[in-house]
Amino acid sequence: MSILVDRATRVLTQGMTGHTGLFHTQQALEYGTQVVAGVTPGKGGSVELGVPIFDTVAQAVAQTGANASVIYVPPPFAADAILESAGAGLPLVVCITEGIPVLDMLRVKRALQGTATRLVGPNCPGVITPGECKIGIMPGYIHRPGRVGVLSRSGTLTYEAVWQLTCLGLGQSTCVGIGGDPVNGTSFLDVLKAFQADPGTDAVVMIGEIGGAAEEEAAAWIKAHMTKPVVGFIAGTTAPPGKRMGHAGAIISGGSGTAAEKIAALRAAGVTLADTPSGLGAAMAKVLEHRGLLARARA
Amino acid sequence: MKIHEYQAKDLFRQAGIPVPAGVACRTAGEAGAAFTQLGLPLAVVKAQIHAGGRGKAGGVKLVRSAAEAQAAAAGMLGRAMVTHQTGPEGRVVKTVLVEAGSEVAHEYYVGLTVDRGRGAPVLMASTEGGMDIEAVAARTPEKILREVVDPEAGLRPWQARRLAFALGFPAAAQRAAQDLLVRLVRLYLERDASLVEVNPLVLTKQGAVLALDGKINFDANALYRQPAVLALRDLDEEDPREVEAAAAGLSYIALDGSIGCLVNGAGLAMGTMDTIQLAGGQPANFLDVGGGATAQQVTAAFRIILSDTRVRAILVNIFGGIMKCDVIAEGILAAARETHLAVPLVVRLEGTNVERGRELLQHSGIEIITAASLAEAAAKAVEAAKGVPA
Repeated sequence: MSILVDRATRVLTQGMTGHTGLFHTQQALEYGTQVVAGVTPGKGGSVELGVPIFDTVAQAVAQTGANASVIYVPPPFAADAILESAGAGLPLVVCITEGIPVLDMLRVKRALQGTATRLVGPNCPGVITPGECKIGIMPGYIHRPGRVGVLSRSGTLTYEAVWQLTCLGLGQSTCVGIGGDPVNGTSFLDVLKAFQADPGTDAVVMIGEIGGAAEEEAAAWIKAHMTKPVVGFIAGTTAPPGKRMGHAGAIISGGSGTAAEKIAALRAAGVTLADTPSGLGAAMAKVLEHRGLLARARA
Repeated sequence: MKIHEYQAKDLFRQAGIPVPAGVACRTAGEAGAAFTQLGLPLAVVKAQIHAGGRGKAGGVKLVRSAAEAQAAAAGMLGRAMVTHQTGPEGRVVKTVLVEAGSEVAHEYYVGLTVDRGRGAPVLMASTEGGMDIEAVAARTPEKILREVVDPEAGLRPWQARRLAFALGFPAAAQRAAQDLLVRLVRLYLERDASLVEVNPLVLTKQGAVLALDGKINFDANALYRQPAVLALRDLDEEDPREVEAAAAGLSYIALDGSIGCLVNGAGLAMGTMDTIQLAGGQPANFLDVGGGATAQQVTAAFRIILSDTRVRAILVNIFGGIMKCDVIAEGILAAARETHLAVPLVVRLEGTNVERGRELLQHSGIEIITAASLAEAAAKAVEAAKGVPA
């Protein structure tokens, strides 16, 4: 079991014929993902990597039965690409694009209200259910099928955690990068709820960072509803206030959004926190052992 | 991106938001002439730097003659002004704003930014203007009024009315106050701002509503479609290394420790900084080379890190996903040779083509301390830095 994507997921790639889109589509195909269509306006009718290209998402969906979209479209056009997929009724849209203006995302967020579309991202590595479906830019080989869910705002920090889990023999049910932007489609909370409900997930690694209050919101929900163990790390303990650390979301502003506040909230919710990303895998192994879940997690 | 107060007020004027008459001056002589030009008994000379707290630092002076205006400007221009937001080195004042004095009856606060939890812009207002608004929010949260803004429609007239009446503007000033709020939101949306703040917004004794101060920050991701805003950028207000890094496609933030860091990915870069501190050291910088860095970018990153003379060791932490470790290794070696590296270099590589990358480093003839994990790399970097004289 898994969340969001599995081997039945039929993926279409928006912006597939660009440099980035082509590279990652190839990687996804090699991983075994069912990439059934590409969309590049004006290139409909052509074929790339054995995948048919369409001019519009609606055409691609009608002809291939795609039920998820991944977006590699440049920032000025990415918001419109998200809305096009939503307009075609796709239940899942994963937006990898980094650098989308905040105002565009505010408008997208408003437009998606009341629709059946779940947006993951933008500015994220994507979603992978190991051994079944890889949507995004994460390296496939570091993953291993299993029972630990991974959830993160940061790309490479996710790889770090996943690799440690895999090296310890702890496979992953699904890994979800929700992205580092201040306004995104899917929150920690959304994914935690899905992991809690997923019979294939026994425990969750949650990686947060400075900025915003999404971790605090997640902590409140964990405290009230989560029965599965959560191991976490919050990046940015040493980050100074007022400085944006890389992507737009990671900033301590006006004394809020600090790592200390997030760590305190998560700890109060019973989350086991690693004090360095190096300790995530070992912390998870320990928690699983304590709960008698380690043998099952390594099966 | 930040801009100066006088530039923000120019944008206010263009948006139909009333501000006091004022002139931006680059010399003391210009400031004296500006006072005469304003033709009023009272003016304010305000230092223009990208930092708050100017009043307490002597950057805001009331003047009553051209001579006083000139003297006040002379006292500010060319000097470094230190406020709680500038750091100890301060910011050199290159421009002063000479502005008509106002007779204030009441001060309000108005600010507009994205509420991340709601995923919408929120207009905040308070009758406690002129104060530190964060202190007001902490002590008396009920005094902060909020209106959630529809990013397509802007502030609706009824929202402007609700806010202006709740703030208690007198009947005669209601229309002007409501109009100002609507225009402020429109400006925010049209210019891709990330923050618009008026503190204080004032009601004058004559009954006018005026933006007495103005601060606008812009979304860096939207500057491609805001050429007029981009033209307002003042590179002198930014750290030269951060500017150089941005030009090379890197994200760099100077900090005050001694361990230079080069990492791919913002989260991992922060995690690396945190791990250095846990190992007993202090990071000299945040540096994210991004997802697909080239050998040239790695070299540029080394140059920027080494231009900070406090750096006693460099820690490279790369988790190659899409970025291949052998490509990074080549970049590291090229950079070490080109920069005649004189401080210890600790490298932790993991991910795609890692064996090939490690081999390249091993057989390079350059002294490199390798580490298998981030924790080990941090400990080795902290230890190595101790051996380098300050």
